[in-house]
Amino acid sequence: MDFMVFQYPMISVQACLDGILLGILFALIAYGMALQWGVMNIINIAQGDLVILGGYIAYFMYLYGIHPAWGVIVSPIIMFFVGIAIYKLVINKVVDRDLFISILATFGISILFMQLMNFAFGADVVLANSDYGTTMLFNNNVVLPNSKIFSAFISILFAICLVIYMKKSKLGRAIRATAQNARAAKILGVDTEKVYAATFGINAALCGVAGALISITFTIHPYMGLPYTIRSFMIVIVAGLGNLPGVAMSGMGLGVFEEFADYILGTEFRIGSVFLLLVLILVYRRFKLSRKREYLK
Amino acid sequence: MKINKIIISFISAAVILLSTSVVSFAKVVGDKIVLGAAISLTGKYSSNGVHTQNGYNMAVDRINSMGGVKVGGKTYKFDIIYYDDESNPKRAAQLAERLISQDGVEFMLGPYSSGLTKAIAPVTEKYGVPMVEANGASRSLFTKGYKYLFAVLAPANLYLDVAIDLAVEKNNGKGVTVAMAFEQDAFSQDVRLGVLDAIKRTGSKKVIDDKLPKELNDMAATLVKVKQMKPDVLVVSGHTKGALTAIRQISEMKVDVPMLAMTHCDAAKLSKQHGKNSQYALCASQWHKTLTYKDDFFKDGMTYDADFTKEFGYAPPYQAAESSAALLVFKDAFERANSFDQKKVRDALAATNMQTFYGNIKFAEGGQNVDKPMVLFQVMCDDGGKCENKVVAPTKWASAKLIHPIPSWSER
Repeated sequence: MDFMVFQYPMISVQACLDGILLGILFALIAYGMALQWGVMNIINIAQGDLVILGGYIAYFMYLYGIHPAWGVIVSPIIMFFVGIAIYKLVINKVVDRDLFISILATFGISILFMQLMNFAFGADVVLANSDYGTTMLFNNNVVLPNSKIFSAFISILFAICLVIYMKKSKLGRAIRATAQNARAAKILGVDTEKVYAATFGINAALCGVAGALISITFTIHPYMGLPYTIRSFMIVIVAGLGNLPGVAMSGMGLGVFEEFADYILGTEFRIGSVFLLLVLILVYRRFKLSRKREYLK
Repeated sequence: MKINKIIISFISAAVILLSTSVVSFAKVVGDKIVLGAAISLTGKYSSNGVHTQNGYNMAVDRINSMGGVKVGGKTYKFDIIYYDDESNPKRAAQLAERLISQDGVEFMLGPYSSGLTKAIAPVTEKYGVPMVEANGASRSLFTKGYKYLFAVLAPANLYLDVAIDLAVEKNNGKGVTVAMAFEQDAFSQDVRLGVLDAIKRTGSKKVIDDKLPKELNDMAATLVKVKQMKPDVLVVSGHTKGALTAIRQISEMKVDVPMLAMTHCDAAKLSKQHGKNSQYALCASQWHKTLTYKDDFFKDGMTYDADFTKEFGYAPPYQAAESSAALLVFKDAFERANSFDQKKVRDALAATNMQTFYGNIKFAEGGQNVDKPMVLFQVMCDDGGKCENKVVAPTKWASAKLIHPIPSWSER
């Protein structure tokens, strides 16, 4: 235990800001997960691996001398088609089966992706340098890498665009209708098959954006996907499906929680604390539900 | 009827059992000495696994083309059976069993990484198969009393203690304050123990002692603490991801620290991936091409570097050099033992005292090499942004003068 974070108030400010910026990025990944979970009732274990694949696209652009920030445009386009391909090959066969089958299927995709990425890109840890510099606040006591600020900004931008698209466009309305009641939507002429494919594609595209941002802000490695899957799973569980402000809030909350856990418990418990929080929330939810049930009696 | 069936299945089981143990190859086939190795060709260690394999292959070709191994008046050539352990310790142990009990290998080369060596060592020990390994540096490998394990590299606890000594020397012999960030794996924790010993020995003080997770890609919290505590030395060890993350975030967060010492800089291709941002970082290395050790096969480090680059198209990291050295040790031991008896070869290995292009090799009781110090190099860049690793310690091998303290970010 280390309470340095409370002894120096500036560290608390730093932790909060770091956490919020990080949380916004997590929220973007989680939003994709919530979307397809809500529409297709599929929990995508391969979510993190899609993120890493998106990161590699930005990394390769960087290798060929293109600024990796362009990755946030190129990566989602490529990933959208990757998503549709995965849907056509695997997901459409499990989409109306129970949750367990879809978890197994996406778990398989996750392993396959890890190995393929390892095979194709090698096991080295890589990163893309943006050379964005640093913002100093509060008399240089708080430092924020501009790459993190850029990530948060782009994440927010994509989230807003997506919300507008879901509200205004024909496909967006079809997706929302399918999420509410797939059968009714089908009867009313919505091509649910197309909606499912598009949803999976949009999710993969969001992962692509997030991956490009991660390659600029952190590092990527073929086996680094799982922590991102867990985080987004956790955010979705806290926020519920189809609740974008909730996802954003719980993403930022998780980011700040992680940062403080890092300072107080130590970096080694950072991911562990996320797991612990997940268990606590699930227990709490169950407890709340059982009380509700008592009233009903 | 039923009894008949049982008898038949018993007999067939016995036949199968016998056949697998009888139909094993001998370790020396014709004029070939067959060595076995489980190496990570896929999975998370695959890049270093490939370096290891290239190092082995390079040495096998060189020794074979320069006359091979002379035992009992006859000349033999090396040959290696490789299996891919998928970077998985359980698989590595299975493959070691298979190499020994099915393929009949009687001499082994090590895998990549301490973790996998740890998995294989009990197997080779059980069968009394001498293993020369070049990529398992964890101290715990050498405290288990293994008799058949020999490592050509310096143990992990010696990786970074040189850095603390250097900092103390620069501080006029007075103790320094040290911030530490180490991943929680066998290797990095051994490096940490070595640093702790050095801190105690020199009367220094540790001010931060962070453990980094396996999925490490953010160490901002540690660096914020470093900014606050202003230690004299920051020591980081977390394989390639630790080195890359540290340099990225130190440069982004403008963390000023007089000395920064790390491991795995060359595996992480620090100067290539980070360019000038990695400047002044001190890196522990088992080997560097400018060291002046010599042998008859590879001549010296510079020649090895040139030959390896010509053959494989990239400059050899120390993982490849030490792997090549393992073969030289085997050749030397076979010739001194003048026999293929495992016990005799083992004793000859234990008595090894030689110089290779990679360094001097002499094994202690536990099997670790005690005759080869670690070197520290510093990343130095010219004005055009081209960076090079130059040895700065120990003084005997230094090709450049240590730049200390590191200039602050505002002056760079």
